[in-house]
Parts: sequence; structure tokens; C-alpha cells
Amino acid sequence: MKLSGWGRYPVLDARTYRPRSVDALRDLVLSEPHLVARGNGRAYGDSAINTSATIETQHFNRMIAFDPDTGQLVAEAGVLLGDIIAAFLPRGWFPRVTPGTKFVTIGGAIAADVHGKNHHKDGSFRACVDWIDIMGADGEIRRCSREEDATLFDHTLGGMGLTGIILRAAIRLRPVETAWIRQTTIAAPNLQSAMAAFEAAQDATYSVAWIDCLGAGGNLGRSLVMLGEHAECSDLPSVQACASFNIKSKRKLSIPLDFPAFTLNGLIVRVFNSLYYWAGARKKGEQLVDWDSYFYPLDAILGWNRIYGRKGFAQFQCALPLQQAEAGLTALLTETSKAGAGSFLAVLKRFGKQNSAFSFPMEGYTLALDFPVNAKSLALLERLDKITVDHGGRFYLAKDSRMTAATLRASDPRVDGFKAQRKSQGLATLFQSAQSERLDL
Amino acid sequence: MTKPLVLILGARSDIGKAVAHKFASLGYAVQLAARNASTLDPDKADIELRYAVPVTLHEFDALATETHEAFVMGLPKLPMVAVCAVGLMGQQAVNERDIAAAVRVMRSNYEGPASIMAVLANSFEERGNGTLVGVSSVAGERGRATNYVYGSAKAGFTAFLSGLRNRLSKRGVHVVTVLPGFVATQMTEGMDLPAKLTADPREVADTIARAVERKKDVIYARPVWRMIMLFIRNIPESIFKRMKI
Ligand SMILES: Cc1cc2nc3c(=O)[nH]c(=O)nc-3n(C[C@H](O)[C@H](O)[C@H](O)COP(=O)(O)OP(=O)(O)OC[C@H]3O[C@@H](n4cnc5c(N)ncnc54)[C@H](O)[C@@H]3O)c2cc1C
Ligand SMILES: NC(=O)c1ccc[n+]([C@@H]2O[C@H](COP(=O)([O-])OP(=O)(O)OC[C@H]3O[C@@H](n4cnc5c(N)ncnc54)[C@H](OP(=O)(O)O)[C@@H]3O)[C@@H](O)[C@H]2O)c1
Repeated sequence: MKLSGWGRYPVLDARTYRPRSVDALRDLVLSEPHLVARGNGRAYGDSAINTSATIETQHFNRMIAFDPDTGQLVAEAGVLLGDIIAAFLPRGWFPRVTPGTKFVTIGGAIAADVHGKNHHKDGSFRACVDWIDIMGADGEIRRCSREEDATLFDHTLGGMGLTGIILRAAIRLRPVETAWIRQTTIAAPNLQSAMAAFEAAQDATYSVAWIDCLGAGGNLGRSLVMLGEHAECSDLPSVQACASFNIKSKRKLSIPLDFPAFTLNGLIVRVFNSLYYWAGARKKGEQLVDWDSYFYPLDAILGWNRIYGRKGFAQFQCALPLQQAEAGLTALLTETSKAGAGSFLAVLKRFGKQNSAFSFPMEGYTLALDFPVNAKSLALLERLDKITVDHGGRFYLAKDSRMTAATLRASDPRVDGFKAQRKSQGLATLFQSAQSERLDL
Repeated sequence: MTKPLVLILGARSDIGKAVAHKFASLGYAVQLAARNASTLDPDKADIELRYAVPVTLHEFDALATETHEAFVMGLPKLPMVAVCAVGLMGQQAVNERDIAAAVRVMRSNYEGPASIMAVLANSFEERGNGTLVGVSSVAGERGRATNYVYGSAKAGFTAFLSGLRNRLSKRGVHVVTVLPGFVATQMTEGMDLPAKLTADPREVADTIARAVERKKDVIYARPVWRMIMLFIRNIPESIFKRMKI
């Protein structure tokens, strides 16, 4: 069947399997020459596709145990973060780390070692993982953790499914008093002030900036920096509201059809960005925002990836080291603005320290931009790659759909070590994705 | 306050599981009944964790009709809602040649489900309330060359449910007939089904929960199947017999 990631580019013809038991999964592992696991397909490119055998994990979707003393949840890899929130937020628990969509599986969150708006403070998803049960190329299931089989643990977090098939994991949830977030919005007229706002907000639990990537000159890097804290009962207007953890997911809008490709041209994005900025700039001070709108604004529009039209879109996300972040971001934004390419979503975020074998984050800044797939933006993406490499940055594989193996190697000295590790453990032949083949992992 | 109770027969089926989750999310305690019920332990744990409702497992074989009365008597508590998702499609080509296989399909879709519904109906009638939900199929609406062994048994089950509803409507017991079209489950895995006509099991579960709440009689899942079947039922036999459908 035709398979793609969230960006709907590339679209590949792939054979898919949906095993219902560990035994059925083992049969596939022992009989298929190459395969890769797929979670909920929210990676943008081709990370979760193997054309000869893509193993969908949707039937491994059961929760196994929860310990209210420690907040440890044990669950199968196909459980969605959204399911965890539905089950546990009403009881006062929330994921410790969550990406910008709740429609990701635990397996996908581990494999991409996802980050949230609290990376500067709490680290990546890894920080909440106690252990992982993973099936290797021999069909054996190993439990790995920081103490036990630590090398496997290290390479599985951020390993993009290339170290085996994650079956179960134990993750820690965070206790929360309410389902609300206290949000503070800071209007930053340019990149320097946005970065200054991030640096000043190191103690904030959550911080992220929406950035107008078409701003040029003095407006370059014009942003709304949004800080957030979990609200406590005393922050809410009435005692009654405190008991109401149960804010149901919003009614869903959905994009039923592909938008024609011209809808999101530069002009529209420009107008939207200006309006959004000025609307945001007016919202001074603090607001109470429900968890769903705060963490997952895009989830309210199911199928929003269709607004980019039939050809799909590509996301660019890089991380730049702290010392070179300002120069690198300036160059990236200048190049994007010069190209006039409309990136509807442009997100800037401060990363904290990260110690891991192959995960994406590094201390510094990360910038994410979306572009419709066409010759012009593909050419722009090549230029952005180069700027990133020149500034010591690296790329997020969960968003990549088009980078070359040479670019990846130029950006990340850890690549060859990761590949060698896979080889030495006998994982390299079996566990492959279209992305790992393209990038020679 | 005690929780209302739902019994799922054929609880390992994708539709049955989805129904169990749906009712649990509405606050129902759940009884899961299936063959080799202990294999449902992980599902029991999952549902209990997600919805904080109690789940019990019960050994049940629809074909062992002689055990059905004891099965119902043996339940720790008589449920308020009972949903039968038991079914067996088999392969038409096999069913045409292998009469034992065909009989198994007939019994699994008609005799077994009707038998357990009959026993539950009597208990519900005695109590004076309750809802019985039978998952039949649009395949029972008209016999087709590609599927008539299964279809005819479903037709029998549909007629049985209709009669039961007629009998019990004045006795406080409600009967819902569910007629799914295509549903993406293990029964249809690997088949090339048209996406627009194919429901997800969760969709079917939502439809069933709504039907129970609103006391609907006959529901199609997806609703478009009502029109499709109206059309198919009305094709004159002289034409229908020559059609490939
Ligand atoms: C709207 C949106 C916002 C996002 N925001 C963020 C964000 O803020 N931060 C962030 O870090 N990411 C973000 N992402 C990316 C997303 O979090 C990751 O791509 C995540 O990996 C997707 O999880 P998934 O379950 O859909 O996995 P898939 O996309 O299906 O797979 C992703 C990778 O995980 C592997 N994998 C999946 N399941 C298993 C398993 N059981 N065993 C082994 N490997 C497995 C696959 O092989 C693949 O390499 C966002 C994506 C979207 C669409
Ligand atoms: N999928 C569709 O397109 C579709 C369309 C219309 C109607 N339906 C109906 O929907 C219902 C649920 O089916 P499904 O699609 O979810 O498929 P399924 O997963 O194959 O479910 C069928 C279930 O029936 C159970 N069963 C069969 N014989 C049994 C017996 N003698 N005793 C106890 N349980 C028995 C099976 O149990 P085991 O696990 O023990 O085998 C299985 O769990 C069935 O009645 C089916 O006919 C399905």
C-alpha cells in the first residue's frame, strides 16, 4: 500500500504487517530480510517506512500497570500519548515530556527521543523512560535501562527504530494539580530579543516561540515567546474548576480535501504572520489555557497536513550549539526570508543539555520550518542544510525526508559510531527504513 | 453508587473489544466472555487501568449451547447490557464444498448467538429491564454468491433479533440489531475494502453505545449502508441472479 509520513512526502509503495501478538511479530522478525517498526506515522518523512516490510504496532496498544506512588506507567509501545492523557490526566498525571502532537506512540516517542517545550529544564523523552523491552534481530526480547544493557538503551533512544522493535516501556508521568497552564506571552520584535527572552526564562517549565520567518531587516526573527507553568488549584478562578481535570478534547475540525497548492503562498503566510503577531502582542500578561490548546493546538485540526496540497511538505528542523546559535539562526532566517517561501509553522526553542548516543537535541537553539514540496523549496532546504552544518548544527531525523547521507555525516560525528554499533550487534541488516537506507545508517 | 454492567460475548473480536472500551469509558463495569478467556488478561488490565472500572473474564463458547443457561446463571451479576459480537465468516469457496465447514459457519453466526441471546432475554425479561445488542451483518440482507453461507446465518440471526424485540418490547427489554457493512478487523484483514464504506471498530462501538442510550432498533454502521442495502434488496431477483456483486 501507499505509505508516507506526516509530510506526505515521499510516498512509497510498502508492504505493511499488523501483528497481533509477540509470536506473530517474532515470526516476521525471523522471516523478513528487512523491516522497520511504525508507530502512528507522525514522523514527517520516511523514518517509519520499509518498502518490503513495515511493521505497524497498532495492536500493541495496551496499558499494563501504573504505580501511583512513583507515577510509573508500564505500557505497550503502540499506546498513544493521547490515550495516556485521557486515562491519567483526570487522576492528576501528565506526560513528563510531550511533542507538539498527542497522536504519537510511546514507541515513536522513544525511537525519536522526542522533545517538548520543557527540554531546557527536563531534557528529552529519555528523561522519563525507566526501561524498554525491545525485540532484536534474533527474535529475543531484552529489557534495557540505564543500568541493564545500557548501550542498547542509549542507542534505542533516538535510534529511529534501527535497534529493534520496542514492545513495552516503563515511563514516568508528572503529577499535576489541574489540567490548565498559566501562559505568558512575550512579544519579541526581533531575534535578539527573542533569544534574550528565552535566556531570561530558563526557570520557566515550558518555553517556545512562534517565529515569523518572513520578517526581514529589523523584523528578522520577530517572535511571540510563550512561557507556561502547570496551574495549581489556587491559580484557578474557583475551587470547582480545580476538580475539573476533565477538559474534553475540543471538537475537531478536519481538512477533508487537499488544498490546492497555491493557497499557502507567501502573501497569505505574510498576512497571517503579521496578524498573528499583533494579536499575540496585545495579549499581555498571563492567561489560563487548557492543556489541549496549550500543548496541541494543531491537533484540533485533524489532517492539517493536507493544507500543503497533494505534493506534501517537508519540514526543516535543526539544532544549533549555543555559541553559534545567533549567527546560525540569523543566516537561516535571512535565507528563508530572502526566498520568500512561506513557512506556515515556524518554531524556535531553547534546548538544554543533552547526553545521549544518537538523540537530536544539543544545548542551544532549535528551529523548525515547514515548506511545501517543490523545486524552489527543495533548493532552499539544501542551502539551509549548508548553513546549519557551517554553524556546527545537526538535523532532526524525525522531520527529515530528503537530506543526503553526506550532509548527515558532515553535521554529526556520531553517525559512524551509531552505524558501527548496529553492525556489531547484528541489527544493521534487518532493521532498515527508507530513511536509514538513504542516509546510510 | 454501583456501576452499570455490560457483558461482551466474543470479547476477543475487534468489534467486541472496541465496545468494551467504549462502555468502560462511559463508566460501565465490564464482563468479557470468550473462548480461552484467560488470554484476555492483558485486555482486562488495560481496561481497568484506563477507565478505573472492574473487569471480569468468563469462559464462553457460543457453539456449546447446552452450557448457555449455566453460563448466564454463573455470571457474578446479571448485566444491564449484553452485546454479542460472536461471528465466523469462513471462506465461501470452502463452505460450498466442505459441508462441515459450512455448518460451522451457520452455527457460529446463528445457532450459537441466538441461543445465548435467548437465555439472556429470559433473564432480562424476568428482571424487567436490560438491553440486548446483537451484531449481525448487512450480509444477511440478501444472499449473494460470494458470501451466502455466512449471509444466510446472519439473516437468521437478524430475524431472531427482530422477533425477540417484538416479543420483549412491552416487557422493558430493548433489543438492538447492529448491521455493519465493512469493518476493518481481523475478519477482513488483507481484503481490499473501499475506504469510504469501511468503518473502524471504534466507530461501530460509538454507534452501538448511542443506539443503546437512545433505544434504537436497527442500526447500520456506517449509516450509508442503509441506503446501499435498500437499493440491493430492491433489485428484482431476475436481474440480481445474473449480477456479480
Ligand atoms: C504536529 C506535529 C508536531 C510535532 N512536534 C514535535 C515536537 O514538538 N518535538 C518532537 O520531538 N517531535 C515532534 N514531532 C515529531 C514526532 O513527535 C515524532 O516523529 C514521533 O517519533 C512520532 O511518533 P509516531 O508514533 O507517530 O512514530 P512514527 O512516525 O510511526 O515513527 C517514527 C520513528 O519511530 C520508530 N518507531 C515507532 N514505533 C516503534 C517501535 N515500537 N519500535 C521501534 N521503533 C519504533 C519508527 O521506526 C520511526 O523511525 C511532531 C510531529 C507532528 C506531526
Ligand atoms: N468485519 C466486518 O467487516 C464485519 C461486517 C459485518 C459484521 N461483522 C460481525 O461483527 C462481529 C465481530 O466480528 P469482527 O469483525 O470483530 O471479527 P473477529 O475479530 O473475527 O470476531 C469474531 C469473534 O467471534 C468469536 N467466536 C467465533 N466463534 C465463537 C464461538 N463458538 N464461541 C465464542 N466466540 C466465538 C471469535 O472468537 P475467537 O477469538 O475465540 O476465535 C472472534 O473473537 C461478528 O459477528 C461479525 O460477523 C463483521
